[in-house]
Amino acid sequence: MVVAHRSSDLDPIVARYPDRRREHLIPVLQEIQERDGYLSRDAMKAVARALELPVSKVYGVATFYNQFRFEPRGKVHCQVCRGTACHVKGSAQVLDTLERAIGVPAGHTTRDGLYSLEVVACMGACGLAPVVTINDEVHALVSPDGAKRLARVAAKKESHRHDA
Amino acid sequence: MVATAITPEPASRPAVEIRVDGRAVTAHAGEPLLDALRRDGVHVPTLCHLAHLTPTGACRLCVVEVEGQRNLVPSCAFPVAAGMVVHTHSQRAQRARKTIVELLLADHPDDCLYCVRAGDCDLATLARELGVRERRYRGTAAAIEHHIDASSPALLRDPAKCILCGKCVRVCEEVQGVAAIDFIGRGCKTTVGTAFDQGLNVSTCISCGQCINVCPTGALREVSHLKLVTDALADPRRVAVVQHAPSISVTLAETLGLPADADAAGILNAALRRLGFTHVFDTSFAADLTIMEEASELVQRISRGGPLPMMTSCSPGWVAWVEQAVPDLLPHLSTCKSPQQMLGAVIKRVWAERNALLPEDVFSVSIMPCTAKKAEAARPEMAPDGVPDVDAVLTTRELLRLIKLRGLDITRLAPEPADSPYGERSSAGKLFGVTGGVAEAALRTAYRLVTGTELPLSELKELRGLDGVKELHVKVGDLALGVAVVNGLKNAGPLLDAVRAGRRPDLVFIEVMTCPGGCIAGGGQPLGADLDAVRARMRSLYAIDATSELRTSHDNAQVKALYEEVLGAPLGHESHRLLHTHYAPRAVDC
Repeated sequence: MVVAHRSSDLDPIVARYPDRRREHLIPVLQEIQERDGYLSRDAMKAVARALELPVSKVYGVATFYNQFRFEPRGKVHCQVCRGTACHVKGSAQVLDTLERAIGVPAGHTTRDGLYSLEVVACMGACGLAPVVTINDEVHALVSPDGAKRLARVAAKKESHRHDA
Repeated sequence: MVATAITPEPASRPAVEIRVDGRAVTAHAGEPLLDALRRDGVHVPTLCHLAHLTPTGACRLCVVEVEGQRNLVPSCAFPVAAGMVVHTHSQRAQRARKTIVELLLADHPDDCLYCVRAGDCDLATLARELGVRERRYRGTAAAIEHHIDASSPALLRDPAKCILCGKCVRVCEEVQGVAAIDFIGRGCKTTVGTAFDQGLNVSTCISCGQCINVCPTGALREVSHLKLVTDALADPRRVAVVQHAPSISVTLAETLGLPADADAAGILNAALRRLGFTHVFDTSFAADLTIMEEASELVQRISRGGPLPMMTSCSPGWVAWVEQAVPDLLPHLSTCKSPQQMLGAVIKRVWAERNALLPEDVFSVSIMPCTAKKAEAARPEMAPDGVPDVDAVLTTRELLRLIKLRGLDITRLAPEPADSPYGERSSAGKLFGVTGGVAEAALRTAYRLVTGTELPLSELKELRGLDGVKELHVKVGDLALGVAVVNGLKNAGPLLDAVRAGRRPDLVFIEVMTCPGGCIAGGGQPLGADLDAVRARMRSLYAIDATSELRTSHDNAQVKALYEEVLGAPLGHESHRLLHTHYAPRAVDC
């Protein structure tokens, strides 16, 4: 008993899956996140309408997977690897320090949109543990204070880029 | 042993022999092992099992030992196979069950004494039965901070008490077709919540309360109006007036252990007077009033050409669903208020004036089998000039709590009649409590309105029973009337699609009851009712109808008097002011 939607409402990504099969849910969400950097509420509602699924189900599936973000990425996007090797090498402290320095828990974006912080499972660079990426640039053997410094430097670079 | 899939059709299951705790037991190949055990009188505990829905095996309490299987198996999701050897209460199975309960308790608040489910909590009962006497495990500082969701006018969610059995999620989606809630997150951070984890009030929740009826703990409950009512009863400046819905006397009779066909309405009237209500009215009277208006509206729509089919508006969960999910069908909803709101309006706007009272001097309470009635009473259009027509709604459960609170032994009360002028009812009004009842009552009166004679059928069997959609085509005078009855909101979907596509021009009237079974199985009824209990309540209402001397709404003398003295004719000016309402699309996250 899902309300019929107008085709003009359709997200172009959703429109490419016209057969409304629920197994498309995760690929559609992945493509939307790829394009937008995160899953907005409106995007999830549009997906739910298109695939004839309840919004609660779409949100439930999306929150099950670590890969989905629900806030836009910050200008400085930090990812902390929490895989086994990085854990052994102290990534918990790295994450803790970054959370305190940035002021938001992992999975969130600061209100000013400057920083976002994300936890990822193994990045496949275990020999370089602990690993942090900042705006997709990989940093090896990072100490807690080092991570903080890297984030600050990246933020400064961002503001210079804006001033220029 | 090769585990075969659970086969869906019981009829196609060949009988096989299995051994249960050393005894030979006959079972059906492919049926869930749990069903065979229960039939055999073996009680294996469950927390997530819901009869008639696909098993999820989430709680693991039903684990048993099956020879040849390395691990314990969940009997709810394990299919019976010939020759299977089962140990239901081996030490290993018992220990596993006890540990599961202990682990659930490790993360559970310790406020059982103060919990709404104290005394009838499934989790506490299991802990007692399994002999849990100490806290061996303590959850590390909760992985998530829980917040009580008090945003809904009808339901309260307390996620800290949730054990993630998933029954509410499944009932909401698989039985009601609403799917307002689902699991959010993963692992130890999993919670049950709405889309985007917002309040229920902005979700697709329709307040039906079926989730409460299946919740094994105190994680879900109604928003209690008990304090409002006890305060009002103690306030000498307010006149406390009460109405009780058609199904309440039937569930009360059930809790009193009276015979299935007994109507405890008289005892209910006496109890409510003892509790301090000065006037006790019967919502079934207002159901008769609803029928007068609704049957007249139907006849008018037929003569004026639509919009048809007309759909009933007495089940507030259904009304909320139309407003949020299928607003294009709003013109099909009858403009009649529900019986609760009709009587509420008549009490505050007519009865009060006749007794030289202002609407605000009257405290109007209704006893309802329903949580959505709390949301309905809170709708702004049900409070002209800011004074609500119904001030408080108590569920059947809250009424039973109030009776206990006041130390009333209702088994010793002699039946008393309800008060005039809104105490007389036909058994057609009484039938509002069961699926198909509104349609049956409406047909009896519509037939009379059109033909001037009484409907010759004494029972409309096609409209009775627990099927999802029931239909009846009758000749009324020269008119061929198609009537459909939807039993349970989810079953409305395909029918509404057909109506929208213009494929059902034969239908003029559709009754929809949100809860499967109707109000007798509403979200405010006593917990723990199974399908057998619902069938018994249904039989009670039909027995009351079969033995009633007054079986048609249009012959209710007090209803006639109300029209003569106040309202004029059905659909007249005063009727529209007091008894009809309007609807509007409702934006929710769906």
